[in-house]
Amino acid sequence: MLITGTSRGIGAFLSGYYAEKGYQVFGCSRGPVDFELENYRHFCLDISDEKQVLAMFTDIRKACGRLDVLINNAGIASMNHVLLTPYATARGIVDTNIIGTFLFCREAAKLMQRHNFGRIVNFATVATPLKLEGEAMYAASKAAVVSLTQVLARELAPLGITVNAVGPTPVKTDLIRSVPREKMEALISRQAIPRFGNMEDIANVIDFFISPESDFITGQVLYLGGV
Amino acid sequence: MADREKILNILFSAIDDFNEIRPGEAPISKSKDTILFGSGGVLDSMGLVTFIVTSEQKIAEETGISITLADERAMSLRNSPFRTVGTLADYIHMLMAEQE
Repeated sequence: MLITGTSRGIGAFLSGYYAEKGYQVFGCSRGPVDFELENYRHFCLDISDEKQVLAMFTDIRKACGRLDVLINNAGIASMNHVLLTPYATARGIVDTNIIGTFLFCREAAKLMQRHNFGRIVNFATVATPLKLEGEAMYAASKAAVVSLTQVLARELAPLGITVNAVGPTPVKTDLIRSVPREKMEALISRQAIPRFGNMEDIANVIDFFISPESDFITGQVLYLGGV
Repeated sequence: MADREKILNILFSAIDDFNEIRPGEAPISKSKDTILFGSGGVLDSMGLVTFIVTSEQKIAEETGISITLADERAMSLRNSPFRTVGTLADYIHMLMAEQE
């Protein structure tokens, strides 16, 4: 299993969760992780840098010869009115959220097709269907991830690979640290179940998507909280 | 740089892998004259995609060189490099020469 963005937040949680379940977990982030797990191996890289990504997949292929699950968790957000969003911020969001997801899907699928089996789980967000003000580039980038998920589901189905996405509600991580509290409460009040999400809510959806029995589930986006 | 003969052998090895991951499908024969794609070819479009990926991986394993076979140039060539095993070997030879 390969998880992106494992240095903190949801990615760090999922690394421990799946390592404990017995998966051999490969993780990556820009910097090192502050945890050690017996069946976890970390790569430091920029997920939108093709050369670095290819080198990591070569290492995984040499180490395991196969990859069954990819969880494209890494992502960045920026709370800003569009008139105050710098180009560099917009570019960074596109590179990490769209290009990074694309590169990992492509390279993972190359490994997965050798065994005619694979599970890819991408990360969407409720900010897209809720059309969240102040998150234009983030919501747009994740709309692209939804589109990518749905098209790849069709392109990769003949290779035994499913591609789905989980759309978390706000979870108390660094990603929302800078968002004002009243903004967050207003957002949560628009959910059918108005509470913060937690890591286990997300792991539950991923468990469903990656289960061997879910081989007829692909191209789906599951939003949490009743959005 | 790998010579044409070595590249052909790498492609034959890719063909072995490819035939193995597609049980029940007509195997590709290991000859430079085997027609891969197009009229009389042994591959459909999905088969060609899989074979290209398998070949790229094999080339990287055997030579340590990462090349992209299906780029815009390959698609726009008048004579498709994916027509036969031999034309593909020629195309790979050219790409590797350019990387040097």
